[in-house]
Amino acid sequence: MTTAEKYVTAAYCVVFAVVLVYVLIMALKLQRLEREVDELADRVPAEDDAEETPRETARVG
Amino acid sequence: MSAPAATIGAVGRTSRITLPALAATSLVLVTTAIVFVFFVAPTDANQGFSQRIFYFHVSIAITAYACFAGAAWQAFRLLWKRDPLADLKSYVCVHQGVIFGTLVLITGSIWAKISWGRWWLWSSDQLVLFLVLFLFYCAYFMLRFSLDPGPQRANLSAVYALFGVVLIPVSFAAIRLAKDIIHPVVFTLHGPNFGGWILVTYCISQVALLVLAYTLYRVELAGKQLDGRIRELREVLA
Repeated sequence: MTTAEKYVTAAYCVVFAVVLVYVLIMALKLQRLEREVDELADRVPAEDDAEETPRETARVG
Repeated sequence: MSAPAATIGAVGRTSRITLPALAATSLVLVTTAIVFVFFVAPTDANQGFSQRIFYFHVSIAITAYACFAGAAWQAFRLLWKRDPLADLKSYVCVHQGVIFGTLVLITGSIWAKISWGRWWLWSSDQLVLFLVLFLFYCAYFMLRFSLDPGPQRANLSAVYALFGVVLIPVSFAAIRLAKDIIHPVVFTLHGPNFGGWILVTYCISQVALLVLAYTLYRVELAGKQLDGRIRELREVLA
């Protein structure tokens, strides 16, 4: 392999690596967001249940 | 639970083209471009094998310019039409532009090392002006993250992005206006300085890089929109 070939290969590898790192970062971020959505979705039924429980009536005024 | 996937899918579906289709198209185009660069395009008589960097280097540079122009367009939309999503779109465009700008500087330096024997030449106006453009957009993040989220941050970021777009034609024209022709001129007023398979390979590379940038833009935008919605939901549930 000549020096020029090595440098050209390195240039294309750098482009590939940068795009790969970017995609990995985005994938990790989307995974985190999915976990957060799961967490929020779990909280919603719990609050619905809380609303269904009978409340103590209080006189106003 | 199917809710998260459905939510991400719904946020990502801001256009008629779905993200998986875009990602598949990008993969096919980039693979085709690499095959053309290394196996189809002829070796340049003057520069030899090192000229093959040009296919991605120039394509990435034009993609970076397109990202910065897109950022300016969205900034203009924010200031003119008060489109609430335009601020986020402008920010994502600048982010993409800076990533592609980094790649331009890296691939350009590698080419310079082969052709000129040096990683960088301060005497080349094209290089220095592109570096100025790149640093200008890096400073965009410093401005943006030094302010609290809200209309003031959106307006200042938009004005900054609009100012930056002025540097694009200056950077593009620098090589043509420069007296010392160190950096090769690929496009002149009479058209490209090449033809045949070199032109075909360049066109495929350019389309591949533009589609790749658009795919990454859509993915990042979808992630940021979803992040924003989750924050709003957290505030409602708190």
